[in-house]
Amino acid sequence: MINANSKILLEVHDLHATVSGAEILKGVDITVRSGEIHAIMGLNGSGKSTFAKVLAGHPSYEVTRGTLLFDGQDLSALAPEERARAGIFLAFQYPVEIPGVANNQFLRLAYNTVQGQRGEEELDPLEFDDFVREKMKLLKMNPDFLDRSVNEGFSGGEKKRNEILQMALLEPRLALLDETDSGLDIDALRIVANGVNQLSNKDNALILVTHYQRLLDYIVPDYVHVMEAGRIIRTSGKELAQALETHGYDWIHTNEQITGALP
Amino acid sequence: MSAALQNLVNQPYKHGFVTNIESDIAPKGLNEDIIRLISSKKNEPEWLLTFRLEAYRRWLNMIEPTWQNVKYPKINFQNISYYSAPKPKKKLASMDEVDPELLRTFEKLGIPMHERAALAGVAVDVIFDSVSVATTYKEKLAEVGIIFCSISEAVQRYPELIRQYLGTVVPPGDNYYAALNSAVFTDGSFCFIPKGVKCPMDLSTYFRINTEESGQFERTLIIAEEGASVSYLEGCTAPRFDTNQLHAAVVELIALDDADIKYSTVQNWYAGDENGVGGIYNFVTKRGLAKGRNSRISWTQVETGSAITWKYPSCILRGENSVGEFYSVAVTNHHQQADTGTKMIHIGPNTRSTIVSKGISAGQSNSSYRGLVRITPTARNARNYSQCDSMLIGSQCGAHTFPYIQVQNNSAQVEHEASTSKIGEDQLFYFAQRGIDAEEAVSMIINGFCKEVFQQLPLEFAVEATKLLSFKLEGSVG
Repeated sequence: MINANSKILLEVHDLHATVSGAEILKGVDITVRSGEIHAIMGLNGSGKSTFAKVLAGHPSYEVTRGTLLFDGQDLSALAPEERARAGIFLAFQYPVEIPGVANNQFLRLAYNTVQGQRGEEELDPLEFDDFVREKMKLLKMNPDFLDRSVNEGFSGGEKKRNEILQMALLEPRLALLDETDSGLDIDALRIVANGVNQLSNKDNALILVTHYQRLLDYIVPDYVHVMEAGRIIRTSGKELAQALETHGYDWIHTNEQITGALP
Repeated sequence: MSAALQNLVNQPYKHGFVTNIESDIAPKGLNEDIIRLISSKKNEPEWLLTFRLEAYRRWLNMIEPTWQNVKYPKINFQNISYYSAPKPKKKLASMDEVDPELLRTFEKLGIPMHERAALAGVAVDVIFDSVSVATTYKEKLAEVGIIFCSISEAVQRYPELIRQYLGTVVPPGDNYYAALNSAVFTDGSFCFIPKGVKCPMDLSTYFRINTEESGQFERTLIIAEEGASVSYLEGCTAPRFDTNQLHAAVVELIALDDADIKYSTVQNWYAGDENGVGGIYNFVTKRGLAKGRNSRISWTQVETGSAITWKYPSCILRGENSVGEFYSVAVTNHHQQADTGTKMIHIGPNTRSTIVSKGISAGQSNSSYRGLVRITPTARNARNYSQCDSMLIGSQCGAHTFPYIQVQNNSAQVEHEASTSKIGEDQLFYFAQRGIDAEEAVSMIINGFCKEVFQQLPLEFAVEATKLLSFKLEGSVG
């Protein structure tokens, strides 16, 4: 939902970033206000997943130029865990498996860490169990997820649901969903999208990184950005995604009509 | 992130103090006179001196083994003192008579014997350098017929039991270090659980090496008669010295029909500094004989200390339906080396064994699992399940697995599973992205990795082991 008066949550200007010496981001600009949903689309290798990881502070990536402000605060000064505690959440494209660590234990530690940071009450294992089971209903997850090791042996769809479950628990102010739709069948996609929509409100914002338009049928973006070669080359409303789906990414270079439709 | 992790792992050893207690220490060197001196200091019967001297003579003709996957400079056995006892040496009738300096040491170690023993309901025997200082709860145990005392005292008071069992599971000529131990052992624990008695509390021994140039050669003997059961805990620490000290113990367990012995170790000897200087050589022979039908021997070890750990707590499964278990966590950091595992020798029919080994290597350390499963021709329907998992932290450490499987009976079922994993940047980033810092993440991953072993430990030890591991590995991820 666009509201020009709402607070600026994320302000990125001329962001350059490298991984192992190779420059992947070459001057990204984006502004996200609370209440907004943004989609970043683009071909593989365009830099969209890198952008999400750089925001979250992945240690393999180095910011070489530009500014990165979250709620007015310089993100580059913060360690990844501090960014998370400040309210930035990344739903991973490939969530890692952590053998031996029970999901409920992991979820509770993450939840209590963030709660503690916000000066709010932490939950003991029994209280947390009730709380998390309630959240799991939102995503139609089987309670046996709680006793399994984090992501270990989960199907692709189960991993993605587990990511959104974490988002539901941590209630971030800015959620980055990196290819959350990949690997989901249509039913799972609906469930996940429905969960995300219920979590979305006027005080938080969402950036969806996706290759396909499909997800955007269920989570309707306010803005669609197209990324190419490490920069956002086009920004428009949700109709841009439709046009890309119909014509393909090459079309963007032959059609200039949509440019400039942005605030 | 890796720098933070490095700091975490590299915290100093907290048991590295020396206690200023006057010691009665034998001159350095090893010869028959020294052995006679030890034997006479301990007022031993003639047969035990003979046992020692025979072991010594065998040892002289043995060659130090070199097959292990650990490296260390040649040990000068003439440069070790084989006997060191805290003075004064008068007989202690109660804990109140123990040297207060010694008691303070135990408090520094986190084991105030009075409170802790009472609170935890644990009977504690403390071996300081070579001599057993105090055994708590002795009377209470005696009421049900359990003998729990130092092996020196047992030699005096129960010579027939000692003579009957000593060296029957680990014979004096068993191996190089067992022979050395048989010649010079100075103290250790003795535990005898009579027929039908379930030991009402966990029995515990704390070992402490305090003197720079003394070796520690303790000898432990545990016997569980028909239908008896006992859970025995062993903890170890030592001060930090720049020289290496040798710890060559022998532990023998004997379980008769339907008896059950559970032996748990948390070993935190001084591991040397971050450059690999100093530390204990922990060369130990531990073996249990499941002699009777339906008997069970279970080893659980958490090995975090020592410059070198080289030991294979083993089970000889002779009784029909007998069970052997080995649960192990071995952690190495900096320049530590470990070559540890077990031997399961199946002799009786329907014998079963389980091996769960977890090796964690960080820094420039090296950790090996070495295990033998032998199914002899008489072991009909024997079963073994082995699982060996290794975890690497950083890129300069090593993990190795050497499983030996020898099956001579075709009704056997033997399974072996192995895995190697690594705490990677991506795992830590995943935790960090959920607000969890590296220290907590490593601790959670490691504890998850070791869960199956920790579950085997008595609760109090499990808590201690968990803390010790986190402490040990803080900052080790690179």
